[in-house]
Amino acid sequence: MSLRIVVPVKYVPDATGDRHFADDLTVDRDDVDGLLSELDEYAVEQALQISEDRQEAGDDVEITVLTVGPEDAKDALRKALSMGADKAVHVEDDDLHGTDAIGTSLVLAKAIEKAGYDLVISGMASTDGTMGVMPALLAERLGVPQMTLLSEVTVEDDIVKGRRDGDTASEQLEAQLPAIVSVTDQSGETRYPSFKGIMAAKKKPVTSWGLSELEIDTEKVGHEGACTKVDAVAELPARTAGTILKDDGEGGKQLAAFLAERKFI
Amino acid sequence: MAEVLVYVDHVDGAVRKPTLELLTLARRIGEPVAVALGNGAGDTAAALAEHGAVKVLTHEASEYADYLVVPKVDALQAAVEAVPASAVLVPSSAEGKEIAARLALRIGSGIITDAVDLEAGDEGPVATQSVFAASFTTKSRVSKGTPVITVKPNSAAVEAAPAAGTVSELNVTFGGLATGTKVTGRTPRESTGRPELTEAAIVVSGGRGVNGSENFALIEALADSLGAAVGASRAAVDAGWYPHTNQVGQTGKSVSPQLYIASGISGAIQHRAGMQTSKTIVAINKDAEAPIFDLVDYGVVGDLFDVVPQLTEGIRIRKG
Ligand SMILES: Cc1cc2nc3c(=O)[nH]c(=O)nc-3n(C[C@H](O)[C@H](O)[C@H](O)COP(=O)(O)OP(=O)(O)OC[C@H]3O[C@@H](n4cnc5c(N)ncnc54)[C@H](O)[C@@H]3O)c2cc1C
Ligand SMILES: Cc1cc2nc3c(=O)[nH]c(=O)nc-3n(C[C@H](O)[C@H](O)[C@H](O)COP(=O)(O)OP(=O)(O)OC[C@H]3O[C@@H](n4cnc5c(N)ncnc54)[C@H](O)[C@@H]3O)c2cc1C
Repeated sequence: MSLRIVVPVKYVPDATGDRHFADDLTVDRDDVDGLLSELDEYAVEQALQISEDRQEAGDDVEITVLTVGPEDAKDALRKALSMGADKAVHVEDDDLHGTDAIGTSLVLAKAIEKAGYDLVISGMASTDGTMGVMPALLAERLGVPQMTLLSEVTVEDDIVKGRRDGDTASEQLEAQLPAIVSVTDQSGETRYPSFKGIMAAKKKPVTSWGLSELEIDTEKVGHEGACTKVDAVAELPARTAGTILKDDGEGGKQLAAFLAERKFI
Repeated sequence: MAEVLVYVDHVDGAVRKPTLELLTLARRIGEPVAVALGNGAGDTAAALAEHGAVKVLTHEASEYADYLVVPKVDALQAAVEAVPASAVLVPSSAEGKEIAARLALRIGSGIITDAVDLEAGDEGPVATQSVFAASFTTKSRVSKGTPVITVKPNSAAVEAAPAAGTVSELNVTFGGLATGTKVTGRTPRESTGRPELTEAAIVVSGGRGVNGSENFALIEALADSLGAAVGASRAAVDAGWYPHTNQVGQTGKSVSPQLYIASGISGAIQHRAGMQTSKTIVAINKDAEAPIFDLVDYGVVGDLFDVVPQLTEGIRIRKG
């Protein structure tokens, strides 16, 4: 049996850096370092583990990592390749600037179809937009089962199984391939790229597609195609420094007095 | 006045607080029509009417529990087709966002997630989002189709506003995708008797500084003295000291209580992403340089093993 896994990965501004917005109210990606969204490393990791398991069972597995983003987004692909993915697809087009979630899902869905897939594994959410909707949108567009927010995932023959830990219950799920899954940061530690992995990644193929290769009208993406509009952005004033005191043995009592004064007690 | 569909989050008929908040927000932009699905849907009507629902559309079927997400999307789509709504509001739970996204795609609309406020605007509802670990707010709107917006818990105060709440059954036909993902087992989470983390007015959290699962009893005792929920940092969760369902932060719960008390938590950006919109923030940390102190209204530089029990005792005394 052969198994084609596609892992969509997002290139995001570093959360520990100084993130802000550009004049057109999109995220400023020029003045802050970018990186592979950390939560997508868990998706790459699970793809690698499934691949290792299936190869041991004699299956043929290929992992493609896919990103939609500007030129620098190649860095995210390189990181995923150095972890062990086999090849990469980069969708890059000037007309993509300003694309919202609905538009991004269109581009990702077309690219996933063109790449060919049996299983798509994504992160639970990006660390910038943090919407957590892309896997569900992809399932809707591709017409396949969604099995999202898994803390555990396995593939047996053409069945994917997993555990979803929700607010009120923990659920065991099952779906037939082809399917889309997303994994949480509870799914397992991610591996660090080895030196060998980093060297090997340099030789792995990275295919670039524009909107024309995906047969997508430019009106369906970018600012023009967006179904949402950001009208205003405001930086919140830093919280004004409050009272900070050193505990001299009475710290707990003083804190109780503060809470009483604020009517929490 | 235009009707606004509100998706009801409930457990066997008990309506969860974020839905009541949504009804309050919905009244700012139209007349709320609630959609309640699954086991106990009919039992939600009284609470929904009490909080402003002019109509309640219900549908019970085993599909809602037996398969993931899609049956609920089919039903909400049926509601959109039955009611000429000017917007659809859904609570921002993990599942709520997925339902909302798939619905938006189906009906040719845009989606906004995690709104923290909502008001009427000339070109439709305007949503406020709090982004980049709450360092910015944005105002946005859906510019195509019927706006689909998910709203975070604690974004509005619940207000009673009795309305008719006329109940009618929704006509739902499940599509081919509805049975795609089967739920083969379900283990309900045991209740701790404490308030739900995302809904609580007060959250008391512990981090790596708590230093062991047995010491979380100190955090729980403080929480109980205030009637609060218990949260934890990822470091405490990863160490196995507290369940992941109590994690506060980017990959845990996002909380926005009236009061947040952090003990033994440094205040990493991913933790702040989940609590920075709390109204009042208090921290106890022995390191005066800990970044959490940049956010606090009141901070104590000290050992939590001294400060927390004294605080708990102080609260008990004041409460008599
Ligand atoms: C602060 C902020 C707020 C936003 N709010 C909205 C909004 O309310 N409505 C809206 O329509 N758009 C919004 N956007 C735009 C939206 O983030 C992008 O369209 C984005 O690509 C998809 O959403 P997400 O990153 O939140 O994805 P999520 O749904 O959080 O991402 C889940 C997974 O999808 C995959 N993925 C997501 N994007 C890509 C990509 N470009 N390439 C490859 N894989 C990807 C990854 O595997 C990721 O882990 C917002 C963006 C920002 C920065
Ligand atoms: C993609 C990603 C997602 C993440 N998501 C989350 C998330 O959702 N939530 C989250 O919390 N983190 C998250 N993290 C982890 C985050 O970066 C930090 O590692 C984590 O928040 C640290 O937890 P902590 O503050 O408990 O531990 P530490 O940073 O180790 O801080 C412990 C603090 O306790 C203090 N202390 C120690 N002993 C005492 C004592 N006796 N009395 C008083 N104070 C004491 C110390 O001075 C220190 O400041 C995420 C990280 C990544 C990369």
